[in-house]
Amino acid sequence: MPRASSDKSIAAAWGLLSAAILAGLVVVGSRSLARFDAALVGYTFATLFATFAITYRYAMWLRRPPTRLYWRRGWSVFLTPAYLRANIVEAVRRFTLAFAANRFIFRRGRLRGAAHWLIMWGCVLAAAITFPLVWGWIHFETLPGRLDLYRVYVFGFPVQTFPIESAYAFIVFHGLVWAAFLVIAGVMLAFRRRMVDHGAATLQMFAQDILPLVLLFAISVTGLMLTASYTWMKGYAYDFLAILHAITVIVALLYLPFGKLFHIFQRPAQIGVSFYKDAGAGGEQAICRRCARPYAPLMMVRDLIAVERDLGFSYEMPGAGEQGGGAAAGTGVSHYQQICPRCRRALYGLAQGRTWAGGAAVPE
Amino acid sequence: MPKPEQLHFFVDASRCIGCQACVQACTECDTHRGDSMIHLEFVDRASSAQTVPVICMHCEQPTCAEVCPADAIKRTGDGVVQSARKPRCIACGNCVLACPFGVPEVYERRQIMMKCDMCYDRASVGKTPMCAAVCPSQALFFGTHEQIEQLRPRSSPINRFQFGRQTITTRVFTMVPAARAALQPWVDVAAAMDETPRPRLIPLSPVGAADPFAGVEV
Repeated sequence: MPRASSDKSIAAAWGLLSAAILAGLVVVGSRSLARFDAALVGYTFATLFATFAITYRYAMWLRRPPTRLYWRRGWSVFLTPAYLRANIVEAVRRFTLAFAANRFIFRRGRLRGAAHWLIMWGCVLAAAITFPLVWGWIHFETLPGRLDLYRVYVFGFPVQTFPIESAYAFIVFHGLVWAAFLVIAGVMLAFRRRMVDHGAATLQMFAQDILPLVLLFAISVTGLMLTASYTWMKGYAYDFLAILHAITVIVALLYLPFGKLFHIFQRPAQIGVSFYKDAGAGGEQAICRRCARPYAPLMMVRDLIAVERDLGFSYEMPGAGEQGGGAAAGTGVSHYQQICPRCRRALYGLAQGRTWAGGAAVPE
Repeated sequence: MPKPEQLHFFVDASRCIGCQACVQACTECDTHRGDSMIHLEFVDRASSAQTVPVICMHCEQPTCAEVCPADAIKRTGDGVVQSARKPRCIACGNCVLACPFGVPEVYERRQIMMKCDMCYDRASVGKTPMCAAVCPSQALFFGTHEQIEQLRPRSSPINRFQFGRQTITTRVFTMVPAARAALQPWVDVAAAMDETPRPRLIPLSPVGAADPFAGVEV
């Protein structure tokens, strides 16, 4: 079977498996669908499809030679027994700084960081509330004989009881409202940047950069309209709004695997790569064949040479020792990767100057 | 005024006088404000004052994009290889090591790779990239093939480079002697390993030369 076709079959199998696991968890978590809310079935099927498609795309992404190599190397470095405990602590620290605090995005720009932080936490909060409800994993019941108390069931097990008329209940039952406020504020900041920043305006594409903001805004606003309808307008147009809100959410779920929001699933690779880079920095360094200075981890240079060969590039150079990836002794250069980026820039200039050899006195 | 698709970048590195104007101007570009994406490199500082301005050559099959594990580097329809897409780039540095011209840079604190995008906010609408707009020696020139032919009748633009066994074709052109280009229409970069800087006589204001900036909106 051709490799591309084989890759797709494997990815599709992973996708089906993950969707099947989720379907099984929905059945188990909702106690054989006894707690499943039939009104939310559209959402459920959209999440099942999204799970299939996200896994499929993730699996296809991992089939790319550089991704596959980094995936293996990252896990291998992370799971090294001698450093595992320290790595887990460090991974938690890096995850907190990078993903909970979005530190690197704030460094790209304060407003940019604020926009992302607000959107991200709004979506995390909304997902944490919506998905367990949609899948029937969480439901609320009043206690027998105590209509003033609500009991929370998770996977069918009672976990918490609280008064209906309490500040806590108000905060919990309006969780999606708070999420909508966060998302709308973030979307406003993001849209502002996309309207006034010339650089962003040049590069942005509708499907990649504008559509996700529009979708998140539509979900948030229609969700708030539902709350407004049942809180202050006696349920005016509630059914229409419920369908409208469902459409916006389902479209976003269907968009999730294909568009910009897929970075949610790709981004954690950043943590794995950071461990790989740490391991490389502490190991042997590659020495430039031209300037004899260290310029990169030898492990990384060797891996890159392997990846390039896998991709069909042939930067091998005539000379001794073509198999090596490092600074082994040899009179010639075996691979262009063994030259540091700075020397590559100089070589470009020297090579162009070389073409003018013999024509030094010819002005132009 | 020429359409953007008729405009090309021409680099004549040996005309560079090392004035750093391009480095400063590059920071003004809207797509990477405050950061200069051009490299101005001494080819052999110990023996020569020769400098080489290195911009992204915008390869037709960009090695940086192919080796990117995050699939973050994209080439737009007009042949410009863009900086890594910000949501995806995981700052691994593969692109930095893979680029045969040594162009991309990783900014660790911001977890992003950035590189010359030919001042996409300008070039995509037919304006001259910042570096070419200020280069006093025309080592960096942005214009049409007709303009460069008129300016440099003894030179030919070529866009094929050899790195060992690997041939790379680029969107950006490099100027070489016309006679040489007719015989060997590529530049063998790897063959310059033992090369030393060579002098080249280049009057900066040839008598009767056409204004290189005529017809180019700055």
